[in-house]
Amino acid sequence: MTAIDPTAHLTAEQIEELGRELDAIRDEVIADRGEKDAAYIRKVISAQRKLELASRGVLLFSLFPPAWLIGTAGLSVAKIMDNMEIGHNVLHGQWDWMRDPKIHSTTWEWDHVSPSEQWKHSHNELHHAYTNVIGKDNDLGYGIMRVDEDQKWHPLHLGQPLWNFVNACFFEYGIAAYDLELGKNLQGRRRKDPEFRARARAVGRKIRKQVLKDYVIHPLLSGPSFATTLAATFTANVVRNIWSHSVIMCGHFPEGVQVFERRSVEGETRGQWYLRQMMGSANISGSKAMHFMTGNLSHQIEHHLFPDLPSNRYAEVAVKVRALFEKYELEYVTGPLPKQVFSAWHKVFRLSLPTRRPEAGKTGAGKPWAGKPWAGKTGAGRPWARKPGRARGPVSAAGLSVGVASVVGRGSDESLSR
Amino acid sequence: MTSAALRSRAWKLLEMVTTPLLPSDYLDLVSPLRAGADLRGRIEAVHPETADAATVVIRPGRSWRGHTAGQYVRIGVDVDGRRLWRSYSITSPTNRRDGRITITVKAVPGGKVSNHLVHRAAPGTLVQLDQPAGDFVLPRVTPAKVLYLTAGSGITPVMGMLRDTEVDDVVMVHCAPRPRAVIFRNELHDLVADGRLRLTEVHTDTDGRLDVARLGELVPDWAEREAWACGPAGLLDAAEEHWAEHGVQERLHTERFRPRITVAGSGDGSGADTAGGEVTFSLTGKAVDADGTTPLLDVGEEAGVLMPSGCRMGICFGCVTPLRAGAVRDLRTGEITEAEPGVLIQTCVSAAAGPCDIER
Repeated sequence: MTAIDPTAHLTAEQIEELGRELDAIRDEVIADRGEKDAAYIRKVISAQRKLELASRGVLLFSLFPPAWLIGTAGLSVAKIMDNMEIGHNVLHGQWDWMRDPKIHSTTWEWDHVSPSEQWKHSHNELHHAYTNVIGKDNDLGYGIMRVDEDQKWHPLHLGQPLWNFVNACFFEYGIAAYDLELGKNLQGRRRKDPEFRARARAVGRKIRKQVLKDYVIHPLLSGPSFATTLAATFTANVVRNIWSHSVIMCGHFPEGVQVFERRSVEGETRGQWYLRQMMGSANISGSKAMHFMTGNLSHQIEHHLFPDLPSNRYAEVAVKVRALFEKYELEYVTGPLPKQVFSAWHKVFRLSLPTRRPEAGKTGAGKPWAGKPWAGKTGAGRPWARKPGRARGPVSAAGLSVGVASVVGRGSDESLSR
Repeated sequence: MTSAALRSRAWKLLEMVTTPLLPSDYLDLVSPLRAGADLRGRIEAVHPETADAATVVIRPGRSWRGHTAGQYVRIGVDVDGRRLWRSYSITSPTNRRDGRITITVKAVPGGKVSNHLVHRAAPGTLVQLDQPAGDFVLPRVTPAKVLYLTAGSGITPVMGMLRDTEVDDVVMVHCAPRPRAVIFRNELHDLVADGRLRLTEVHTDTDGRLDVARLGELVPDWAEREAWACGPAGLLDAAEEHWAEHGVQERLHTERFRPRITVAGSGDGSGADTAGGEVTFSLTGKAVDADGTTPLLDVGEEAGVLMPSGCRMGICFGCVTPLRAGAVRDLRTGEITEAEPGVLIQTCVSAAAGPCDIER
């Protein structure tokens, strides 16, 4: 079975030239970063705090349905702002250049059960470095789902639409478990590893504080509105979870986004790294408000190219990046939120069954390179494999471990070229 | 239960309500200058003094402890969105009625903070402050005869003293390029007119540089006076030498705005003795190349690492940081310090001496 490599038409020099052009875009923003950007993030942080305070204030009277509605809506938005436009981006170090210790990746803590320190490791160091590399990037299916045809099917995958839905509702707990690499660390002796236990305790403390605040103290403060406030904070957390899960699914799951085999990142050049980010991410189109509520992760492609540029600049960067996609004849995967969410869910359902890759020309019509482009190829036309002298033995030697391996055991390594 | 214990318990409860933020994160939105907040100040006015100097009036937060005349304050200013810290001498007297303090800033060419404060700072802006510091102050028992030897913006701490403490017999020798460049000129001349100050202005554009060895021609009894000197390094070095030569060095007090740097480029172009290296900030996860003459504090700040800082001249130890690996060079002495468990370095006067890892 063959899929078409969407980057096959690029020469090694072109890829490096592309890298230089992207570097130039980045340098331009960095040279221009300043007072306006600082004012932006301070304004957003201040607005978020005021909104959260006001919403929680209104919820003190949540026994009255209009208060419940307004308070819950406000708190949901405040929590989304905290996690998306503020937390995610501050923790990326996007605002470290301001040197304000109050808005810095090393001091920030967010309204989320995963402590920012642990999230930074799994997100910034693993997901962003190994974007969409099967077996390296745990964001790919979160270790519980089959997200690519070439991952071996297991009966557990039949339930993956359900797992995905539950994960969406309690996404912050899913993230915490995944930052702890529970799938791997709960097995055998790893469970007793003092480093793992210390991290697990830190998560436990964070969960306790969050739960106490949202489900005990705040309802208690509401007096007779105890039950309704509890329902309100629970709803706000679920809304925030489903929203962020949807946005994140749209970033890497929709059809048209590429996944990569482990070997492909060995000896990767800067240009090749950029190219992998370009092919491994998808955007969401929409209004300014939409971009804001997604924490500008609607500009996922630009974010993956330049994870530490201030989020308020992605919109202007996107225009230039998109022009580069056109220049180099690459597909810029983007679409409105409902379409992208549907596309991602469709994939989750489709791959829950033991399907094989559809024949090129069926679902591949107009999208000839859906799926894994480099599977089973000899490496010709694939920049990653161009290193002279690299042994190209059987692909099984690449030690590909699929996303699910961390849950069902490492023995499921398999060959890419069946 | 004591009221303090009660308050601390109430605060804990409040923290449980605001987690993961702190109550102060919310209070700062409405009252950034309140008691108990991080020390900040609000710029209330900026008064031009000369073409390139201005006095900034700051209302300090409630936690401000008050200063002694002659001391300086560290001030963190956001310039183009970046927080930069500098030290400036306080020029207001300690007994100012409205509780405001003033600093007087001379814009130096290329100086980011000084130019910002003199030319662009707007009233209403919040700045970060540290408690006042410095031992360039008058003793508790005011000496009978005093000499102030100053040049350029070196007049600022001395102006703080002149405004604060009256001394029976004060002589001042001040150097500036020309009359119009003398900061506080009108006020100084008023003091002279009142008979409270004897002043010699040296206008270096026309008179040439002050030869400290010939200070006796301007102030015959200089050696009998308790002296405070502040100005460029050249003036202070010459003064220290002159006072020492006459065996009265204990009468001389100096204030330097910059550390005495001895390590510079080797000059032969090889750079062999001052080669830098890659500096890793392991806690932040950043690595940058640094030369062998830039203080690690500047290197870190430039890279967006949160670096603690203090006087920026190697005296206050506010910037000490563990050195995890590699070696650094003390810019004042050229001495090399190598990493060992427990080794702390002053990042403001240390530069990379090869690859090194700083725990920030």
